[in-house]
Amino acid sequence: MGAYLVRRFGLMLLTLFGISVIIFTLLRIVPGNIVDILFDSAGMVDPAEKQRIARELGLDLSLPQQYVAWISGILRGDLGYSYVSEKPALEEIAPRIPITAKLAVLALVFSVLIGVPLGVISAVRQNTLTDYALRVLSLSGLSLPSFWLGLLVLMAFVSWFDTLPIYSDRITGFWAQLALFSVPAAAVGFRSSALVMRLTRSSMLEVLRQDYIRTARAKGATRQSVNYRHALRNALLPVVTVIGIEAAFLIGGLIVTETVFNIPGVARFLVEAIRARDYPIVQNLVMLIAVVVVVVNFVVDMLYAVLDPRIKYGG
Amino acid sequence: MAGGTYQAELNRAGASATGAWSQAWFLVRQYPLGAIGALIMAVFVLAAIFADAITTQSPLATNPRVSLAGPGATYIMGADFMGRDVYARIVYGARISLAVGIGSTFLGCLFGVAIGLASGYLGGWFDLIVQRLMDIMQALPLLVLALVFSAAMGPSLQNTIIAIAIPLVPSVARVIRSNTLALRELAFVEAAQATGMSEWRLAIRHILPNTIAPLIVLATAQLGSTILTEASLSFLGLGVPEPHPSWGRMLSESAAEYMRRAPWLVIFPGLAISLAVFGTNLLGDALRDLLDPRQRG
Repeated sequence: MGAYLVRRFGLMLLTLFGISVIIFTLLRIVPGNIVDILFDSAGMVDPAEKQRIARELGLDLSLPQQYVAWISGILRGDLGYSYVSEKPALEEIAPRIPITAKLAVLALVFSVLIGVPLGVISAVRQNTLTDYALRVLSLSGLSLPSFWLGLLVLMAFVSWFDTLPIYSDRITGFWAQLALFSVPAAAVGFRSSALVMRLTRSSMLEVLRQDYIRTARAKGATRQSVNYRHALRNALLPVVTVIGIEAAFLIGGLIVTETVFNIPGVARFLVEAIRARDYPIVQNLVMLIAVVVVVVNFVVDMLYAVLDPRIKYGG
Repeated sequence: MAGGTYQAELNRAGASATGAWSQAWFLVRQYPLGAIGALIMAVFVLAAIFADAITTQSPLATNPRVSLAGPGATYIMGADFMGRDVYARIVYGARISLAVGIGSTFLGCLFGVAIGLASGYLGGWFDLIVQRLMDIMQALPLLVLALVFSAAMGPSLQNTIIAIAIPLVPSVARVIRSNTLALRELAFVEAAQATGMSEWRLAIRHILPNTIAPLIVLATAQLGSTILTEASLSFLGLGVPEPHPSWGRMLSESAAEYMRRAPWLVIFPGLAISLAVFGTNLLGDALRDLLDPRQRG
């Protein structure tokens, strides 16, 4: 276990290093010189001025030097400056993180609360009308784009209450915020719940085919007891890994949903920064997303090893 | 392997169907949901091919006099703010959605198969490096990777296809690699090696055809997600640019603004995206059950 943990941790660092190189390179092959773009939009004409800007942004350095400057900056907590607001990138990004985090946690809770019970019901009643209906429901859940679902929810609000659930940072207090976030979180979580349901169903079916379930039935255990005391407890193990898969899945949904609901979180900020060619923000945000996804998956793997003692990891 | 599994499936069900039509009918009865999915996809493909014949208005012509006109005789799904026919835009939009969906799935599978086959067959340090690279690409959400690639390459139809294809490569490469690893151990590969067949020919002629079944399953499953990714990219303004009518962009440009006055601007494009993705998902599930029985739930 110890050796596995070290190896897994090393792989995680390697992955993050690889992502940082890819993102850094991608943003440097973008057509159009960043200095030119900033220079022209600022309405300056003096070439000396242009050189000063390049030096200020560190763009006169060679690419490897720029890369080292970026990474060592991250390690010191210095993320550079936003091209748009000219404020430190950290100051721009940090206040938006809690907003997205709340939305993500709420969406995750929503998807598990809906997805797990429906997945169990679907598996226990395999090949009945209920099972078919639930499977079609989950497939249609996966087929609805979350931004469309968001727009439909907004439209429903407009026609029923004649108002929009508008985000405001003046709303404080646990319950008020919960109410504020629950609508967009439900829009993101609905899609994820379909994913959770499908995975719970197949995991549950897998367990129900095992020998010990037959043994439990043979010794006369009730249907309820077999399904919930014997099967579900073991079927829930693989569902833990779903949270790892969901981390990446949710972020895609958050990007469009924050845009639809006008929520000033990090996910929407990424799109804004890409549109504005605000590259210091883009590269740091993509790194942040990568760190979240990679760390969540690492934690889930470790959790899985702890929860399932059958799993032995060789070094 | 594909044909074998299919025939086994027919035999298992005790079907005596031999003609093409009776076999098709057997499949429809066996997989009703898959048949519905195939039907939905057929409707979209036909609409894309015969777009000129089934629309009366141009998808691009603007007409200020019918701005935000409701659904009626001429504009059966209404008109947008610029007075463009929503129905025509959705029908022509099917071309864009399918072009991007099929194009990027094909491109992603092509590179994924080449990398997976080489990685699984050659093994060694090549395999190790490629696998780490695939890990790295899979650590980022599909939409984020597509967003960054599309921003790096600039907006155009081709670049959107490439930006969506790249994130697909790792998942295809993974499946093909694990299949290749399993196939390499089988006796027929050893037999082919014993005949003195070149490694290259062996990989292409004997290993590759045996990975077709999982590839078809994977490609169908990915088709829905590429259509959805295109819609999301275009919705965010970083996908297919004007003047191409894109379902995703139809939802962003005016839908939110006019949702109170013109709900048809929100309803119809979203319905088109959802139906197309739903169709591929139904078809994909049925194909998985048919061709890859190990994964059957």
